[in-house]
Amino acid sequence: MAQTLKGADVVIIGLGAAGGIACLPLAEAGLEVVGLEAGTWLTRRDFAPDEIRNNVRDWPQAVQKANHEVPTHRANASAPTTRAASHPMMNGVGGTTLHYWAQSWRLNPWDFKVVSETTRRYGRARIPAESTVEDWPFGYEELEPYYDKVEWETGVSGKAGNLKGELDLRGNVFEGPRQREYPMPPLRGTGFTDLMAAAARGLGWRPFPGPAQINSRTFQDRSPCMYHGYCNRGGCHVDAKNGTNVTTIPRAQKTGRFRVVTRAHVTTIDVDARGRVSGVRYVTDGQEFVQPARVVLLGAYVYENVRLLLLSKSKAFPDGLSNNHGQVGRHYLSHATGASVTALFPFDLNTWYGLPAQGVAVDDWADDNFDHAGLDFIGGGNLWIYSDRRPIQAANMNTFGRAPGWGAQWKAFIRQSADRANTAYLQKTTLPYEANYLDLDPEVRDPLGFPVLRITADYRDNERRIAAFIQDKMEAWYRAAGAIDIVRGPLGTMGPNTHAYGGTRMGDNPETNVVDRWGFSHEVPNLGILGGSVMGTSGAHNPTLTLQALAWRTADHLVRSWKSIAE
Amino acid sequence: MISRRDLLKVAGAAAAGAATAGAERAALPAGAAPAAHPESLHEQSSPRRPLEALTADEADLLTAIVARLIPSDPSGPGAVEAGAVTYIDRSLAGPLSSSREAYRRGLAALERYATLSRGQPFRELSPTDQDSLLIDVETGGATASGAGFDGSSAAFFAMLKAHTWQGTFGDPYYGGNQGFVGWAMLGYPGVRTAVTPDDQRLGARPVPLRRSAYDTDLFNKA
Ligand SMILES: Cc1cc2nc3c(=O)[nH]c(=O)nc-3n(C[C@H](O)[C@H](O)[C@H](O)COP(=O)(O)OP(=O)(O)OC[C@H]3O[C@@H](n4cnc5c(N)ncnc54)[C@H](O)[C@@H]3O)c2cc1C
Repeated sequence: MAQTLKGADVVIIGLGAAGGIACLPLAEAGLEVVGLEAGTWLTRRDFAPDEIRNNVRDWPQAVQKANHEVPTHRANASAPTTRAASHPMMNGVGGTTLHYWAQSWRLNPWDFKVVSETTRRYGRARIPAESTVEDWPFGYEELEPYYDKVEWETGVSGKAGNLKGELDLRGNVFEGPRQREYPMPPLRGTGFTDLMAAAARGLGWRPFPGPAQINSRTFQDRSPCMYHGYCNRGGCHVDAKNGTNVTTIPRAQKTGRFRVVTRAHVTTIDVDARGRVSGVRYVTDGQEFVQPARVVLLGAYVYENVRLLLLSKSKAFPDGLSNNHGQVGRHYLSHATGASVTALFPFDLNTWYGLPAQGVAVDDWADDNFDHAGLDFIGGGNLWIYSDRRPIQAANMNTFGRAPGWGAQWKAFIRQSADRANTAYLQKTTLPYEANYLDLDPEVRDPLGFPVLRITADYRDNERRIAAFIQDKMEAWYRAAGAIDIVRGPLGTMGPNTHAYGGTRMGDNPETNVVDRWGFSHEVPNLGILGGSVMGTSGAHNPTLTLQALAWRTADHLVRSWKSIAE
Repeated sequence: MISRRDLLKVAGAAAAGAATAGAERAALPAGAAPAAHPESLHEQSSPRRPLEALTADEADLLTAIVARLIPSDPSGPGAVEAGAVTYIDRSLAGPLSSSREAYRRGLAALERYATLSRGQPFRELSPTDQDSLLIDVETGGATASGAGFDGSSAAFFAMLKAHTWQGTFGDPYYGGNQGFVGWAMLGYPGVRTAVTPDDQRLGARPVPLRRSAYDTDLFNKA
């Protein structure tokens, strides 16, 4: 028998990057908030610099939920379905901000206006016909105050490149105008990233240190970064990574109005006779609980957001909650981060230490920062070079055709070359398409017996052309810095991704969007949705700062409009 | 689990053994294949701590295989000295238990394949024949031999290689990388909890720190 608990003003499902932000403005405004989190608290003692545990075995120290419900994938409706063995999203208080890279980017103003800006500059015909892309319901300026808030409340290190319209070459001159500097200077450079920056300037490009949600100096009484090299899928042993677990969540708890419930695995969102959300059901150790709430905010990451909606069927919503327009699961995209470029240098790079957020970026070929008139695609990519290498990873390096993969020759190669290769991280614009979507898998179920999500998605020409273009640029950059050999990786498939978008897209038109411009359901007024599932475009930069800014904005709106939303 | 003191003992022994082996082999002409007599392999791996998952025969075969994957040679010790087999054995008794059966079948198939294709058990083949056999297994060429590989022999090889690399280059806490021979091979300067700007300069050579993440008392054990 389900046990019904005392009601709350707001229930947040999932305390990750997004849910972990929304709790703070709500609790500070005086609302009683309950956060239901499938994982547990993890602390610095759980964050050993241990490649086997963190990278090879995928965090056995944490609750295993994401790994037990990995979505299936097929390229299109008639392609075979496959399923990956694991998915690296985290289940814990703080969510994936516990072990993510913490690159903390704003989107480019162009990303909010892909349709209108492309049409204005190149003509409507340049938008791929099968794409369902729309302009966001607002522009960059609307989100700027919230970007600023998250940067200052959590702590982001970086260098402004556009301070109220004043450009500064030491920062990103392509970014939208910001109202003030970052709260901390950028993470320091390394010998290798400095070398790469100089090579980029030599090409006439404008390199700059990337923004990181990591302390470059003491901030809010927490330590600066130690650059120890285990940040990539590792937690921070000195709490210098500003995940929601050490920033907004503890502060919300201090108000006395935010209750964190761990090991609470939400299975359904309930609705009342009027079609409004009445609360949620969750399971802890086989016991079912009902947590009534006047407002529910769903922030369980893209795949689980969509799955929970599709699983929450009722009389009012026979095809899943908020899905009477058939838009849940549509306009799905995942960031094209494949098509890697790896370079071999004739000297040691000394990148054994550092972190994936300690690096140098080039945005000259991102978004619409360059003229596309003579090109056959729109959008572009961010080039990112960083200092990060762990021993098992190093021993698995590409041998550039210079040695076999094992044996005495391999050993001779690795002894010389383990510290001589570097792989760039290349994030590229990805568009939503009519035939790319999420639904429930008809066969595969999770350990509780619920269907897992199914991804039907494939890249199109626009993504493939960007990939080839960006690989050319990256190769030129490496060669300018002295690389003697280059290998290129394939673009890959659109299987489960750590940068997923859409499925509950935000927009004014309820025929094509699930949530309104504030993040609340068009169909269910007291249901808000947090995370990348509301984003309709990817841009060429990681999503988290943007979805955190959106989460703060949604929470602010809820506070301002409490009466009309909750009553 | 093994105590810290045990670990030091084993590491010390492995390092000492490696030094002797290295001295002996230094007499070989450059590029010569290292000795791979079953006897000497046996000596290197004994006295072996009690096996946790593998049988003694499986462990011996695995030892002979990893000796070819990352050989000990004049440049330094390899996967055997690192204790890759100990790592695999222990992991199969714990977090990798779901792969136990794949090892049983894969090793048996590899041994059958040695007899079928080369007329002798793997450990009695010359190093060159061992290598050529392993190439068959790696490429999937051994799959259709009737030796009994589950699916492709390439899948077995890929798993075995991945685990050998983990056992050679991972944290010694898990039983491999004894005497830090894997980290020395790569030139990895070791686990530090704080890194200075100087440590990150081009051309800098941070003093190698040889310790496990769990040698400090900062972290809960895995
Ligand atoms: C290795 C890695 C590196 C990354 N690096 C970067 C980076 O550098 N920069 C960047 O911007 N982005 C990065 N990302 C992506 C980033 O992690 C995500 O964009 C972000 O975490 C998404 O926020 P979220 O709140 O939607 O999901 P999450 O942060 O994953 O939080 C979701 C939370 O919901 C909980 N949950 C899920 N289902 C339920 C349920 N049914 N009931 C209760 N709780 C539930 C989960 O346990 C989790 O705590 C990285 C991701 C990974 C995996």
